[in-house]
Amino acid sequence: MSDKLRFHYEVSGEDFTRAGEASSDLKAKLKLMGASPEVVRKVAICMYEGEINMVIHACGGVIDVTISPADILLELKDVGPGIPDIEKAMQEGYSTASENIRSLGFGAGMGLSNMKKYSDEMKIDTVLGVGTTVTMRINM
Amino acid sequence: MEEAYNSVTLDPERCKGCINCIKRCPTQAIRVRNGKAHITKEFCIDCGECVRVCPHHAKKPTYDSLERIFEFKYKVALPAPSFYGQFNNLDDVNIILRALKLYGFDDVYEVAAAAEKISQLSREYIELHKDKKPFISTACPSVTKLITIRFPNLIDHLLPFVAPVELAAAYARKQAVEKTGLSPDEIGIVFISPCPAKVAAQRNPFGLKKSNIDLVVAIEKIYPKLLPLMVKTRDDAEELSQSGRIGIGWGSSGGEAGGLLVDNYLAADGIENVINVLEGLEDQKFSDLEFIELNACSGGCVGGVLQVENPYAAKAKMKRLRKYLPVSRSHVENPSDFSDVSWNQEVEYSPVFTLGENMIDSLAKMEEAQKIYARLPGLDCGSCGAPTCKALAEDVVRGIAHEKDCIHLLKEYLHRISDDLHSI
Repeated sequence: MSDKLRFHYEVSGEDFTRAGEASSDLKAKLKLMGASPEVVRKVAICMYEGEINMVIHACGGVIDVTISPADILLELKDVGPGIPDIEKAMQEGYSTASENIRSLGFGAGMGLSNMKKYSDEMKIDTVLGVGTTVTMRINM
Repeated sequence: MEEAYNSVTLDPERCKGCINCIKRCPTQAIRVRNGKAHITKEFCIDCGECVRVCPHHAKKPTYDSLERIFEFKYKVALPAPSFYGQFNNLDDVNIILRALKLYGFDDVYEVAAAAEKISQLSREYIELHKDKKPFISTACPSVTKLITIRFPNLIDHLLPFVAPVELAAAYARKQAVEKTGLSPDEIGIVFISPCPAKVAAQRNPFGLKKSNIDLVVAIEKIYPKLLPLMVKTRDDAEELSQSGRIGIGWGSSGGEAGGLLVDNYLAADGIENVINVLEGLEDQKFSDLEFIELNACSGGCVGGVLQVENPYAAKAKMKRLRKYLPVSRSHVENPSDFSDVSWNQEVEYSPVFTLGENMIDSLAKMEEAQKIYARLPGLDCGSCGAPTCKALAEDVVRGIAHEKDCIHLLKEYLHRISDDLHSI
């Protein structure tokens, strides 16, 4: 066997009803693998927040997950508008979500800061007009 | 939790080996093997879905027989709040309670009365432990069991209180001892239950070393015995009821949460809806909630599999019954003394679904399951005896099934063999 396990998820844009599907699926798999509750919790929050971000800001995208006995890597890639000011976007409560989306209860400006908080390492690569890739590592 | 106990048994004579139960089991605990259904005890949460959907009535919920109450010198009936919703045109709970005494019980202690006390204590407890919000109700044993096997991150949010029936049982026994001078084991505490999950919870209680309940009997069994007796007790004057609107409200969904008098609560019922809420809670999807009430059965306890009446009709009847009652009639003297209701044993995560013996083994098995899954047709037809193709793939790596249990793969395989034979 290889020592790494890979999963691929497609997130469709502007579909709030399906946001969270990838997170739920990965959670179930981690529980089958016997990952600790703490790891499951961190991954669940990072995935769910990431999924919601893709739905709100980027018309969806893809998530690639790599699991090894040491850690879990989440790579969330979209071809959205990009993030103009990462520092600002990382602030708790800062949001560029429309009124419409806020009225649905999303866009509270906690997405990226929560992802940072619950992952052990996070990297954002973004190019305006091209897209954003967020990579997160969660230690086992 | 000690040894796994589950409250549903199978009658192999009646089981046809169809796929109804495997498809509806919320924890995928059932497989059809050699033409008969088998329940994996560790995965079963005693929700009763399989009892409900089995068209051949092959699934039997377990409970104690009514006759056993006569083994005790002094017997106290503990009717569930939802029991009151089973009767037509009932305008006074006392009629039922007096009928229970006429049937043979020496006394009654309403679970609704204990529930009212738990509502009062919960209000205080939640106020004192705001940092742990949201609290998740622990009244439904199926939900609590589900959380302990599948949602370990939510265990800290469980309201660490015994279910109202346990509090009722403790009070009832104490009262009976004081009243009769008998020893505690000569007293039979009998719960009149809406569901088999309460039977499992009595055999293996959450947060308690030992249950205070001696017997759990089914509402559907005592119901026909009480009907003729209720005609006789209708005009008696004996006042036995001690519960008000809040206590009786516990019998249907939203009642427990409503009794907390908090603004931000969520009440979900029906096991699939419950699972959705738990998934969302795990992802921290909901904010600002103070309390989460979850009932495995649709409608709440009125929807229990041992009930007689349609759950929603029962709910309507209970609403009418509660209308003229005081808000609450049972109180504890000191609402910050939680000693009677607190758990005295840790409730722990049981990772029953884990594939392998350790992380590396599990990872390898998961990879293998993925490969097998890719070869399966993805129809989730259930013909192999597992509820989905994914479940079959996992069963294969667990060593309890074979890839060729899939009739579609088998058909392909047979075609290939016959083609090979022809070409010789």
